[in-house]
Amino acid sequence: MLPPLLHRVWVRLVEHLDGPLLLITALIMATGLATVYSATYDASNRLLAQTVNMAVGFCAMWLVAQLPPQKLMGFGVPLYVLGVILLICVFFFGVKVNGARRWLSLGFTRIQPSEVLKIAVPLMLAWYFHKHEAVLRFRHYLFACLLLLIPFALIAKQPDLGTAILVGAAGFYVIFLAGLPWQVIIGLFATAAAAAPFVWTMLHDYQRKRILTLIDPTSDPLGAGYHIIQSTIAIGSGGTFGKGWLEGTQTHLEFIPERHTDFIFAVFSEERGLLGNSILVLLYFLLVARGLMIAANASTLFARVMAGSVTLSLFTYVFVNMGMVSGILPVVGVPLPFMSYGGTALVTLSIGIGILMSIQTHRMLVRK
Amino acid sequence: MLPALCSPMRSAHESDVIAEGFTLLAAQLPLNATDRELYRFRFRIALSGVAVLAAFIVLIVRFVHLQVFQHAYYTTRAEDNRISLVPIVPNRGVIVDRNGTVLARNYSAFTLEITPSKVADLEATIEGLGKVIEVLPKDRKRFRRLLEESRNFESLPIRTRLSEEEVARFAANRYLFPGVEVKARLFRQYPLGPVAAHAIGYINRINKRDLEIIEENEQTANYKGTDHIGKTGLEQKYEYQLHGETGYEQVEIDAGGRAIRSLSRTAPVQGNNLTLTLDVKLQEMAEQAFGDRRGALVAIEPSSGGILALVSTPSFDPNLFVDGIRNDDWELLNNSPDKPMLNRALNGAYPPGSTFKPFMAMAALETGKRTPGQTIFDPGVFNFGGHQFRDDKKGGHGSVDMYKSIVQSCDTYYYMLANDMGIDSIARFMGQLGFGQRTGVDIEGESEGVLPSPEWKKRRFKRPEQQKWFAGETISIGIGQGYNAYTPIQLAQATATIANNGVMFRPHLVKYITDSRSGEQTMIEPEPLRILPWKRQNVDTIKKAMIGVNTAGTAARAFAGAGYISAGKTGTAQVFSLKGAEYRSSSVKKELRDHALFIAFAPADQPKIALAVLVENGGFGAQSAAPIARMVFDYYLLGKLPKGAAREDDVEED
Repeated sequence: MLPPLLHRVWVRLVEHLDGPLLLITALIMATGLATVYSATYDASNRLLAQTVNMAVGFCAMWLVAQLPPQKLMGFGVPLYVLGVILLICVFFFGVKVNGARRWLSLGFTRIQPSEVLKIAVPLMLAWYFHKHEAVLRFRHYLFACLLLLIPFALIAKQPDLGTAILVGAAGFYVIFLAGLPWQVIIGLFATAAAAAPFVWTMLHDYQRKRILTLIDPTSDPLGAGYHIIQSTIAIGSGGTFGKGWLEGTQTHLEFIPERHTDFIFAVFSEERGLLGNSILVLLYFLLVARGLMIAANASTLFARVMAGSVTLSLFTYVFVNMGMVSGILPVVGVPLPFMSYGGTALVTLSIGIGILMSIQTHRMLVRK
Repeated sequence: MLPALCSPMRSAHESDVIAEGFTLLAAQLPLNATDRELYRFRFRIALSGVAVLAAFIVLIVRFVHLQVFQHAYYTTRAEDNRISLVPIVPNRGVIVDRNGTVLARNYSAFTLEITPSKVADLEATIEGLGKVIEVLPKDRKRFRRLLEESRNFESLPIRTRLSEEEVARFAANRYLFPGVEVKARLFRQYPLGPVAAHAIGYINRINKRDLEIIEENEQTANYKGTDHIGKTGLEQKYEYQLHGETGYEQVEIDAGGRAIRSLSRTAPVQGNNLTLTLDVKLQEMAEQAFGDRRGALVAIEPSSGGILALVSTPSFDPNLFVDGIRNDDWELLNNSPDKPMLNRALNGAYPPGSTFKPFMAMAALETGKRTPGQTIFDPGVFNFGGHQFRDDKKGGHGSVDMYKSIVQSCDTYYYMLANDMGIDSIARFMGQLGFGQRTGVDIEGESEGVLPSPEWKKRRFKRPEQQKWFAGETISIGIGQGYNAYTPIQLAQATATIANNGVMFRPHLVKYITDSRSGEQTMIEPEPLRILPWKRQNVDTIKKAMIGVNTAGTAARAFAGAGYISAGKTGTAQVFSLKGAEYRSSSVKKELRDHALFIAFAPADQPKIALAVLVENGGFGAQSAAPIARMVFDYYLLGKLPKGAAREDDVEED
């Protein structure tokens, strides 16, 4: 069929790709492209830019998938250390935008170091647990928590609640999957519940306002509640089958804020209705299920907890975003994986998928 | 607790619960991890899977809730978001006189308007606008005043009557001024200016008080988008006829409130037109006849009650009010000692003086207290209760019958008559003629005047010693003095009733209303208010005497050489200062002069016009008021225009 050379190239290309993951990711991305087009075509069309983002994402995914888990593990410490140093730089020299210090100016461009930590933290923690696999003691969990807490605190301080939650979740999943005792987990949750009132007093005003308006969005219909009210209207008015692609009035009359980024799900939901939502949720569920399956089959502790953490992080993105847009969670800046416009998150998530593929496809090699 | 935590978590009872499927997978695992470790991991992964599934189910439940059960509600919300109802203000009905001369109409002009709620810094915006389009200090002042009394969210004019060039200049700079726009608006115009201003009234911007009234009348929906409302006169009285029905345009808007496209349009219905009984030529002529004198004139068509002229001088220019009156204009009108804003015809209450005598005589005949031929002797004075009531003529009129009492205006005859009739009888008869009551003319805010009676005195005064009616007080009532105080329109209505042989009409200004949709004309009642059961011969006696006044009596000079037979009665009223008026000391002398009055109708046999004239501080009625009546009659009956303002004749006292 194929000439031998081409065949060998093809084999090399797909060797470390995972079919189900690739298929589901591609389907979600295609849906995302169509939705980004609908959300942006009447003003500044972002279709091409997002296509480029996706191409870059696929490249990153492929590249990462080629690296065996042992190599990936090697990135843990340097990436983590670099990330934390950058976060400290942000803390001191960061550029302030809209009252939050999240960016670091490099002169020619600006970077957001917290993004690195989304991968670096689970890598670091997974490496740490892997290294102490044979002798895991309570103090190891304690130290892992400390490793997590440093970047988490730095990001929350910026403040960037969305990223802090995602980084925190990624780290927590590693610790949890590495066998954190249930007693501690329960104890932690109990402590968290007890500490909630104190945390409340430490939150920034706008964060408090977001939580308050979540409970009653109508209390501030023109301010913080506006986002939630308009996205809920968009979803509700979409009905069972949606208003049709490019037909959403909430979208095209610009009532949905951030409609091509964080609130893209409102656009999709308005135009595709309950049917579209169900299919999309199913796709995400399949993606997560595949990820968990890879985790369950992984051959080393590092691979297992890393795959689990990446998968559950992805789920966290989806749940927090959809929950926010449909008004059951507070408004935190979390994009919808492979749907929302924007290169950074797309590449980060693609790397995550690449890690899963690497773990899955290098499993046999390890065994050999 | 602590040791348990520190030991590796192998005791796990969890391993028992692991799904069987995993054991198969477990068999393939390398041996460097113990089975138990792996089981624990897989258990937690499975648990996570269950949690993920549960979370996604929660989301789906939420979507079903929003998109199925609350779909209708959110569809409405989305429609409300995108569809805006823009009111289209109807054209206000026009007002024309009985001959079709336009008294109030609309013209379209561009205004520059600011919506304060959409502008962050008003001062800076106005400052910036001033660089593009001329904005005078008076415009700013007016804007600030409008801002204080404005309704929420409405746009307010900073400039009116923009020229085409100004509109173009603003359009080029529009992007600099969010919340500012040029609007084409209809403005009210009164082409004749001050002529008949007290009758027509004026419109002005809607204020809070007006809004309450609109709400009470359940007209709120119809007034969305309307800025102006009738404040006085016919503009106020017929507001809901003139206003019309507001139309609506359904416009699709985006989140920024910009109109995207029109979805549907319900056209407004223009307001109904008013055709008046007023003859504006006559009105204008009558106003000119007053010159710069203060006073009032009400001319009525006796057979219908239709008002032919309703004069109150000085007048004002209603056009000043339409855009919101400027402060200095308002000060001028409000502080003038001549009180141009006072509608003297309806709100000025004056003692009728001798013009009361024909009505007294009519009362005497109808109550049987006098016959026409019955005479009294007038020695020039009437003594009652130790007090002397003097006749104007020294030495008296001698032997006086009813005819002579009216023609020569004999006071003593009426002192005696009043005494004989008594106050209750006088009050009853005069009440029937409409004295001391609102006539019900179609203008708001008419005064009642004062019809004196013991009951009235009880109501009027608080202290018991003041409340008692003294018989001596009845005497001067007979000659139209004392507590008597009537509005010129009451006097005109009573005169018209005599002219019409006791058939009384409600005076009214609107002849018919033309429905703007069907063109149908609705006549305004020529139904008699009441028919007084007067004997024809009694009415004829009074009319004959009033003809005598104009041919051989006190007004003979004023009506000399008239081409028709008219009937009248002169009157002079001692000055009662107008209620609340404070005259300046420098002009006191003139202000102390008596008010001149004259009532008349013509032609005497088939009256086409009846009127009451009042000239404030005009002296004798025959001198200043009667010539005005002559000019009005000449014009109305013969079409003769006077040469200039009525001159003051030197005539005998009335």
